[in-house]
Amino acid sequence: MSFFGLDCRRKKEKEEERHLRANDREFNLTFQYATNAIKTSKYNLFTFLPMNLFEQFQRIANAYFLFLLILQLIPEISSLSWFTTVVPLMLVLTATAAKDAIEDFNRHKSDSQVNNRQVKVLMDGQLKSEKWRNVQVGDIIKLENNQFVTADLLLLSSSEPLSLVYIETAELDGETNLKVKQSLTVSGDMGDDIEALAAFNGEVRCEPPNNRLDKFTGTLIFKEQKYSLDNDKILLRGCTLRNTEWCFGLVIFAGPETKLMQNCGKTTFKRTSIDRLMNVLVLWIFGFLALMCIILAIGNGIWEYQKGFYFQVFLPWPESVPNSAFSAFLTFWSYVIILNTVVPISLYVSVEIIRLGNSFYIDWDRKMYYPRSDTPAEARTTTLNEELGQIKYIFSDKTGTLTQNIMTFNMCSINGKSYGEVLDFAGQRMEITERTPKVDFSFNRLADPKFVFHDHSLVEAVKLEILEVHAFFRLLSLCHTVMPEEKKEGELLYQAQSPDEGALVTAARNFGFVFRSRTPESITVVEMGETKTYELLAILDFNNVRKRMSVIVRCPEGKLSLYCKGADTIIYERLHPACKTLKDVTTEHLDEFAGEGLRTLVLAYKDLEEGYFEDWRARHHTASTALEEREEKLDELYEEIEKNLQLLGATAIEDKLQDGVPQTIEQLAKADIKMWVLTGDKQETAVNIGYACNMLREEMNDVFIISANTAEDVREELRNARRKIKPETIEAEPIFEVKQPKNKSAVLPEDTVEGEYGLVINGHSLAYGLEKSMEVEFLRTACMCKTVICCRVTPLQKAQVVQLVKKYKKAITLAIGDGANDVSMIKAAHIGVGISGQEGMQAVLSSDFSFAQFRYLQRLLLVHGRWSYIRMCKFLNYFFYKNFTFTLVHFWYGFFCGFSAQTVYDEWYITLYNLVYTSLPVLGMSLFDQDVSDRWSLEYPKLYEPGQLNMYFSIGSFIKCLLHSIYSSLILFFIPYGAMYDTMRDDGKDLADYQSFALLAQTCLLIAVSIQLGLDTAYWTSVNQLFMWGSLAIYFAITLTMYSNGMYLIFTASFPFIGTARNSLNQPNVWLTILLTTILCVLPVVAYRFSRTELRPTINDKVRYKVSKSKHAPPPQATRARIRRTSSRRSGYAFSHAQGYGDLITSSRYLRKNMATFSPRSKTNAKQPGTVLKTYRAVKDTVVDKTL
Amino acid sequence: MGKENPKVGKPDNTAFTQQRLPAWQPILSAGIVLPLFVVIGLTFIGIGIGLFITSRNVQEIELDYTGDQEGAPCAGCTTNATTNCKCTLPFKIENKFEGPVFMYYGLTNYYQNYRKYGVSRDDDQLYGNIDSLKSPANFCSPYQMGAKQMPIAPCGAIANSLFNDTFRLFYKVNKVYTEVLLDDNGISWWTDYNVKFRNPPEINGSLKNAFEGTVKPLNWPKPVYELSTNPNNNGFINQDFLVWMRIAALPNFRKLYRRISEGNWSRSLPAGNYSLEITYNYPVLSFQGKKKVVFSTVTWMGGKNSFLGIAYLVFGSLCIVMALIMLIVYAKYQVQIDRDM
Repeated sequence: MSFFGLDCRRKKEKEEERHLRANDREFNLTFQYATNAIKTSKYNLFTFLPMNLFEQFQRIANAYFLFLLILQLIPEISSLSWFTTVVPLMLVLTATAAKDAIEDFNRHKSDSQVNNRQVKVLMDGQLKSEKWRNVQVGDIIKLENNQFVTADLLLLSSSEPLSLVYIETAELDGETNLKVKQSLTVSGDMGDDIEALAAFNGEVRCEPPNNRLDKFTGTLIFKEQKYSLDNDKILLRGCTLRNTEWCFGLVIFAGPETKLMQNCGKTTFKRTSIDRLMNVLVLWIFGFLALMCIILAIGNGIWEYQKGFYFQVFLPWPESVPNSAFSAFLTFWSYVIILNTVVPISLYVSVEIIRLGNSFYIDWDRKMYYPRSDTPAEARTTTLNEELGQIKYIFSDKTGTLTQNIMTFNMCSINGKSYGEVLDFAGQRMEITERTPKVDFSFNRLADPKFVFHDHSLVEAVKLEILEVHAFFRLLSLCHTVMPEEKKEGELLYQAQSPDEGALVTAARNFGFVFRSRTPESITVVEMGETKTYELLAILDFNNVRKRMSVIVRCPEGKLSLYCKGADTIIYERLHPACKTLKDVTTEHLDEFAGEGLRTLVLAYKDLEEGYFEDWRARHHTASTALEEREEKLDELYEEIEKNLQLLGATAIEDKLQDGVPQTIEQLAKADIKMWVLTGDKQETAVNIGYACNMLREEMNDVFIISANTAEDVREELRNARRKIKPETIEAEPIFEVKQPKNKSAVLPEDTVEGEYGLVINGHSLAYGLEKSMEVEFLRTACMCKTVICCRVTPLQKAQVVQLVKKYKKAITLAIGDGANDVSMIKAAHIGVGISGQEGMQAVLSSDFSFAQFRYLQRLLLVHGRWSYIRMCKFLNYFFYKNFTFTLVHFWYGFFCGFSAQTVYDEWYITLYNLVYTSLPVLGMSLFDQDVSDRWSLEYPKLYEPGQLNMYFSIGSFIKCLLHSIYSSLILFFIPYGAMYDTMRDDGKDLADYQSFALLAQTCLLIAVSIQLGLDTAYWTSVNQLFMWGSLAIYFAITLTMYSNGMYLIFTASFPFIGTARNSLNQPNVWLTILLTTILCVLPVVAYRFSRTELRPTINDKVRYKVSKSKHAPPPQATRARIRRTSSRRSGYAFSHAQGYGDLITSSRYLRKNMATFSPRSKTNAKQPGTVLKTYRAVKDTVVDKTL
Repeated sequence: MGKENPKVGKPDNTAFTQQRLPAWQPILSAGIVLPLFVVIGLTFIGIGIGLFITSRNVQEIELDYTGDQEGAPCAGCTTNATTNCKCTLPFKIENKFEGPVFMYYGLTNYYQNYRKYGVSRDDDQLYGNIDSLKSPANFCSPYQMGAKQMPIAPCGAIANSLFNDTFRLFYKVNKVYTEVLLDDNGISWWTDYNVKFRNPPEINGSLKNAFEGTVKPLNWPKPVYELSTNPNNNGFINQDFLVWMRIAALPNFRKLYRRISEGNWSRSLPAGNYSLEITYNYPVLSFQGKKKVVFSTVTWMGGKNSFLGIAYLVFGSLCIVMALIMLIVYAKYQVQIDRDM
């Protein structure tokens, strides 16, 4: 993954056109193209310190402290010793620098690993092994199988026929299937002729470096001939060569100019809403600080004028201070230094530590570890945790995220009898579990051992040789476009275009109708152990309009048959009227299947007459060679022959959901999280999954399907939907539309809707819905619906939908997906989650969190997210409280010390307060606190709602915290003030001196904030206890040590508070003052919290109350049985095919070329099947590419 | 991945990593909060009564001798600039002061806690460090260097402003004045006297020589080595000096002047007429300061300070009131919560 450095630099002025000549380094060097060395690291040994420091001081907090430090160096202003600022600043800088250094070291390592890879370069007429870094534009290099492509290359020649190469682009776009590239014939003819290649002096002119992965334009001039170059001839860096022995390529772009590197580096830095709020608050705090300093400065001016001037008998003004106004000015800055603790530098460090800690919990959670693929959950971004507790919208991919992308043949209906259910003795349907006995397929040597079926009656039916059952499976084994692969005798592998097809053919295989091999003209099937070869006469392929496919075959016995499978609605129109009764029974079964969210297909067949078919075939041939309106003519012909079919039955395939998906969705819905499914799949499949995972329900008031093709129609459909949900919002609309353009970030109001609605919108309509003029309309309607499903959407649209919601809803969004097509949405959302362990790594690589199963999402949000959010909020509230309280005491003292910027505390205490005395307990709280345990969190998803509403930390709570601090600081100053006024020790000696007062104030403060922390802590682990009592103990230990004789003797005058602790802490009235002060700080909070829980208990209070009442933890979540739904009539038809490629099977030149020699039994040609398959797959890809 | 090592990715199952650390989870339930308030309230009232009574038992008499009022005994000393102006302040003690009795001088509106005043000292110099004696710290400025750029010892504004009124106390029985002996020993902190302050090493057995090359602070009538005739109370370890150098936290303060602990006086200060002879030197009128003399006895909680006792009583009572209010709230709303559950 070394390619994905964070920082790709660009240099040089803009390049207009790239011009290079093969094998001519001198010529190419004149252009100063980048070499192939890449550099993702930021620093080297010498630049590290200055650059890193420079970067760090760009952060506002650090810069602020540097500024403070400078202020402190001005003797007129300096009110605190330098160390009070330097010690924390140094600690923060060192910690950050260490982190950066480690990261950069790793980047260096990966850079050098990549740069030092070996590749063969053609130099001076021979191949030499070179390091990647030394490869230059214009070099010809030789790649071998499974090697990474070194740079962006123009493919010259390869080992494969027709100069094809196969590449895997997983690292580029996440797709694991192979892509095929083909070189120009003129260069391909050179093959591996080194001399020819060395003499090759073609000149390439092409586009300058850019980041478009799917496009390339250029020309090659060779032997005075011009050839145009496109993307099909370019191998991009980051791809891997597969199934190709070797190939030669000409380097076009190298190193940082390759498309891969041009594509990276745009990682947007995500920040949480709390981050943004914190930045706003910091500004507020600066304002607050300035206000305090101004008040104190004015106070100082007045004081100096009224008193200080006359006090000059004992304290003359320095020469630099001519009058009280200037003194006030200096005092302002002195107070900026003293009160700097309201903007705590350690806040940022602590926040990072807390987030890191909470991220580790996610990595460590065994309940989010998936043993089957050995993947633990991973927090890839460690700065977003608390936002997990505030999610309002989830955008989910479907395939691979909600579903496993595994289709299983679950049930079927054959000739009016339904198979697939397991009944107990009483005839009741039984739940199918792991323990339900499976059907034994050992009678069939070629059966797929992974296939599972539970209903024994179907096997018996097959064994009894019931005609319809045999016809049913024969159809499944013949009517498809699957390719078989048999590497070893008996080990069949099917390459299916869609998993549905694979499942159907595999089912037929296990029930004794084994599809064995095919040629363009025939299909070989082993029927109940007997090999039969059918002559394949025609494939009437599948497409989205036809929604069916048929094959016409001639049986070994000579009979002509048409086998057809397709959507129920389509096939039913084409059935022979005699099937009426069977149709009714089958329809009942279909409803049942659809009700369970299964995908259904109806199967039918028809025997053909020889004469008619010959005629049809002739017409078919003319039509397929027609130049005009070929499609239409073919469709007509298909329509004609697919008539009067005999119904055989129906299949029901389960698009297997991942475990626990419906429950997870239900839980998230209870937590008031809205879920939108964005899928590239077809509408039928998407709707089907919607029902299967309980997002769409039969009992919903309405499910709107928006599938119009023009902007006006889409608008109308959206409005109609809204009219139905809430008519009054239609009238209100114009007001919003007028207002909207002025205020770009207008927040759409939340509409309360009665009843439940669902919205399904397809890609075409969505494109209109996302247009500027209609996006508000669309969003408004969509947000009123409980469930939104967008189907056939492009990756870009996925991102647009996310951005739309981000723009108009003040809500936190999460996108979850597994494939490369989800990357854009994962990056667009506030939080991106990748499903790991499947389809490439691209989604995971660009995600912030990753885990293996969708169901872990509820734990991530409802447990980890909620805890992180609560912890972070508690931390911030407490942190601001403790620092404000600390600082405000100075403010009050200002009124009694002539506003002279005198500190209330010992300077060492000021230095250590945030770093030592109070850091660990609050960290302990923010790493361990749990209001209720994970089980209860999941039991009451409502507990999640306060996070969505930002209830625990907001401007409001910040102000509350400020008021609380003002109260506490007043107590903390005035109680000791009153208690110490004119008092003395019990031996008559001094007690009201400055040092004793400072000690008293600081001790009161520390104990008060510690108890406050205790009140905030809901979950007292031993670590919390240790931190809490440990910190207090350390405070007393450090204080007594610092104030001891020894320290004074060793570091003369550095610790002027000598003896203060001993002389004042042995006084009972000092302790009585501490007791009174701390209790007074805390008791009102206790009273307030108690009354609030009594008067207006939050959901949180209620659950905690309930937890305290109940003795046991709630039982772990029961895996609820799937609810059987009675279905109103709804087609369960769904098929993940886009467009068939039946024509390829019968007419592809590649296939024909290879097919001739292909037979599974011929062991002489062992390598062949692979080649066929490879070619087949590559062809398939190109076809798919074309259709998309 | 790992058929050989099947569960490499599996996280450790420890209470810490799984966030299952055993913990105490207190909640602010009525069963805790209400009794807590009552207990705290009662305790506070108890402490308050104790403190209040103790404080009332302290005997204290405070005499303002600033002389800013017309006809006050020391009014004459305020105007003329002569040093060592003497005035006499008669006063009467109604009830016998039980010993030990302490004598304080007090200043008001005097900002010893002003930052620049507070830092204007050199602890190294006061610790007897020779180098600092000869070159005091910059903080001492403008009392760093005296005439002819000679270093001032002790330097700084605090030392320079040393309180220099002196007092003698007479007990008047039948027109006969008996001097009450005042003890200037043990009026400063032990740590100040023994650790924090030290004289520079004597040269040839003479403290005066040790201070050779320094000059006295501007306001002082005599150099630091002549503060007392008692060698154990002279120089930097002069106890009056130590008391002054321990700067006050607040602008109104008292400082211990003498202990009345000689002879019979140590047992008690009998009721009767007394006369205080003041050597008036210290100027406070320019900044509206006041000067006082205070006689006070002490208890286990120090001198007279009724604030703490009253505060305890007030807040203790408030706690009880709060407890009652919360009890009412609880009784009224608890039923509802139980129903909600």
